[in-house]
Amino acid sequence: MADTFQFELVSPERLLLSEQVLEVVVPGTEGEFGVLKNHSPFMSTIKPGILKVRKDGNAWDEYFVRGGFADAGPNGLTILAERATPVSEISADDLAQQIKNAEEDVTDAKDDEARQRASMQLSQLKDVAAALKAA
Amino acid sequence: MPSLKDLRNRIASVKATQKITKAMQMVAAAKLRRAQDAAEAARPYAERMGEVLANLAVAFEGRDDAPKLMAGTGKDDVHLLVVATAERGLCGGFNSNIAKLARERAKTLIAQGKTVKILCVGKKGYDSLKRDLGEHVIKTIELRGVKNVGFDNADEIGREVLSMFDAGEFDVCTLFYSEFKSVISQVPSALQLIPAHFESSEGEAGGAAAIYEYEPDEAEILADLLPRNISIQVFRALLENSASEQGARMSAMDNATRNAGEMIDKLTISYNRQRQAQITTELIEIISGAEAL
Repeated sequence: MADTFQFELVSPERLLLSEQVLEVVVPGTEGEFGVLKNHSPFMSTIKPGILKVRKDGNAWDEYFVRGGFADAGPNGLTILAERATPVSEISADDLAQQIKNAEEDVTDAKDDEARQRASMQLSQLKDVAAALKAA
Repeated sequence: MPSLKDLRNRIASVKATQKITKAMQMVAAAKLRRAQDAAEAARPYAERMGEVLANLAVAFEGRDDAPKLMAGTGKDDVHLLVVATAERGLCGGFNSNIAKLARERAKTLIAQGKTVKILCVGKKGYDSLKRDLGEHVIKTIELRGVKNVGFDNADEIGREVLSMFDAGEFDVCTLFYSEFKSVISQVPSALQLIPAHFESSEGEAGGAAAIYEYEPDEAEILADLLPRNISIQVFRALLENSASEQGARMSAMDNATRNAGEMIDKLTISYNRQRQAQITTELIEIISGAEAL
């Protein structure tokens, strides 16, 4: 496999994934981006969304990630996410709870900037929930 | 002189105590393993975070528009001390060592005329600080019901600290916890959270940072990461703390078990001596009675 690169998915609690992969699609704050081997040094924050990983062939592994950043470089791609769960393990209840928390954040926000940020989080979470329901 | 019955009772009670301390030691040993694993699992994240932040921070060194979390408020009048301790006692000097370090720092700061605010995480720290620094404690966060410290707990504390900083309630924040060196050695340490300062990485890292492409730009990423970093540092401290706590408890309970064993030996010897003395006295009584006839 000539075209693989080292990919690491790290949450504060544990190292979720550390292996050679073909391609990763990351939900960046300013849009999704794909990472292949030898990506130029690049750093981006991530929004709540689905992270897709292709190890070989055309099978994609999906992870739900939230809050953090991606760091691509010559040594591969590292994603630091505050929360990262394989999509198969995520439950609708859990997501609903997170949406509820986000809604509370919106109402609790003290100034416009915080409110805007909170409502952005909320809408992104809702997107994810909708995408998961459709799948 | 205690009677034979008293001695028997005491031996029984010390034995019961020994059983308890022994059990506690074994529980601590099992928990220690888990706590150590958790601390180890959290390390890669904290390390990567540190690297990235150090890279970014170099670019902002000494600039006027550096984020407040990094540059500070420009004053150091009000200090917030976050004192992280355990929820339970019976773990040797663990809690009191952390409290002592925090107390000394608080005393020096007060002597310098600064205002000191204390945020206690864990009940034991509050218990030992409230006597002489009670009026400085502004809040206590208890993690009583929490079995394994998760990132959520740390995040909550991190947010609390941040919202206080945003409200301008303090200028400098220092975190007190116990660093886990080994099972027998835990070092109480102080870590400055705000303003954050990073160990400058080697020259090559600086060179690599120059060609990085950022999205959104550096300032925004830094502004996003710095608050996260606070939570991460708190999380790391909590994990170190829980490993340290179990380590300290394990060695304290080991000592207690050994002491109980020694005590049992001593009591048994004096019990046997006294029993023998009693038999001898009884024999003498019988013999002298027989001779008198």
